[in-house]
Amino acid sequence: MKKVNRRSFLKGGLVTGAAALAVGSAKKANASGSFGGYPDSMGVLVDMTKCIGCRTCEAACNKEQNLPKPDKPFDDKSVFEEHRHGGLPRRTTEKAYTVVNRYEIKGREHPLFRKFQCNHCQEPACLTSCFVNAYTKTPEGAVIYDETVCVGCRTCMVACPFYVPAYTFSSAINPVVKKCIMCYDTRLKFGRPPACVEACPSGVMVFGKRTDLISLAHKRIEDHPGEYNHHVYGEKDVGGTSWMYLTSEDAPFDEIGFDTHLGTEPIINYVKEFLAIVPMVLTIWPALFTGFHLLATRKDTIKNDEGEK
Amino acid sequence: MGMKKKKLIGFALMAALASPLGLVGVATSEVLELDSLKNLYGGVSFDHDMHIEMVSDNCSKCHHHTAGTEAEGPLCITCHANSPETDDPTCSGCHERDVFSAENMKKSWGTDLLHHRSKPSLKAAFHQNCLICHIDNDAPSGCSDCHTMTEVGEKFYDTGKHAPVPKADAHGHGGH
Ligand code: SF4
Ligand code: SF4
Repeated sequence: MKKVNRRSFLKGGLVTGAAALAVGSAKKANASGSFGGYPDSMGVLVDMTKCIGCRTCEAACNKEQNLPKPDKPFDDKSVFEEHRHGGLPRRTTEKAYTVVNRYEIKGREHPLFRKFQCNHCQEPACLTSCFVNAYTKTPEGAVIYDETVCVGCRTCMVACPFYVPAYTFSSAINPVVKKCIMCYDTRLKFGRPPACVEACPSGVMVFGKRTDLISLAHKRIEDHPGEYNHHVYGEKDVGGTSWMYLTSEDAPFDEIGFDTHLGTEPIINYVKEFLAIVPMVLTIWPALFTGFHLLATRKDTIKNDEGEK
Repeated sequence: MGMKKKKLIGFALMAALASPLGLVGVATSEVLELDSLKNLYGGVSFDHDMHIEMVSDNCSKCHHHTAGTEAEGPLCITCHANSPETDDPTCSGCHERDVFSAENMKKSWGTDLLHHRSKPSLKAAFHQNCLICHIDNDAPSGCSDCHTMTEVGEKFYDTGKHAPVPKADAHGHGGH
């Protein structure tokens, strides 16, 4: 529900933004609009039908990325009962780049577990929305970021269709973005699979070239009639993602927390219009605030004047 | 400190996946030590004979087409309807510990045997094959029903001796 709001906000921004659009700033976004991802990039296919909810991947990520000690042990299954406001299950945070959630589905004998982390979009909205260019999509497929450049403005948080980027507040003055980096620094750039992928005892995730994974995914669906949902999530959604998902036929994506209404166009196509507003905001806000300030003080002056009368 | 911890875990993971120790024995009639997760969990002792009995001598239930009995899967049959026993019918004879080594990646993505492309690693093969059957037959299926966690495992999972100190507002088990 919230998603729709945000998306419509961005789309709305498109309309209002378009009216006041500075032509210059739209150029950058248009140039990246035709980018379809690196041809040889790597990806991960997550077959959720095989996940046993052991949370080993969460533990592996915590160690690999030197994240803070968790609030509860990684073998504690009570986290599956934890819910945020509105009954939503756990989400990724600045302390946990990946989480596994359990979904009980009506008419299905066993629950389905869903591992979640940054999906490493082919055309990342976080990247395009970032006006200090903190983000990079590497040829290997990872969407990484430079913490030293991040100014903590949270535009990427709003732009991400999957609610992935989180912020660390350890420094109140300089909060920086934190999210899964597909283990780029320690593994991916050396051709090795992410820590969570390798640690999984159930072979839930296959690591390989994104194009190979797509054919593998369709082959799995075709080879096991009646077992899989026919949608390979992330193949086309939001213009394609490096991490893709298979679910079982009786656990459709929209029942296990996936937004199936994001469309197949990269989010940047909305964001770029929103983006165009950012410089506008930066130029207009100071003027606006000065205006408010003047108005407020003027009132005070008037009051004072009246008082004196 | 972070660095040290990281190295240790890296080692644990690597060892768990690529331990050079031998795995499943070759012969039948014995209790085997399954140790593909050895560093996080102690080995599992597996009673091969009992399992043979449970599947009424139908080796294909676990060994697909490699043990000389008729393959079961409709996909396997297309090529392996009459395949003889292979030289090494053990799990580790086909399922590598380290499916993600450069060499094994090349091998699995390079094969024209399409159905073998995403062959699970050894530990994944165990969990996919054993666990489903265990759940369906009410056999032990929780992690610690089969494994005892090692000290390295407790550190990795932040549990046992390494469990976080519960916060004052923690709800404990069961949730709300
Ligand atoms: S890819 Fe790396 S950073 Fe991302 S969730 Fe997996 S272990 Fe964590
Ligand atoms: S390690 Fe694998 S089986 Fe365990 S929760 Fe993560 S994805 Fe699922």
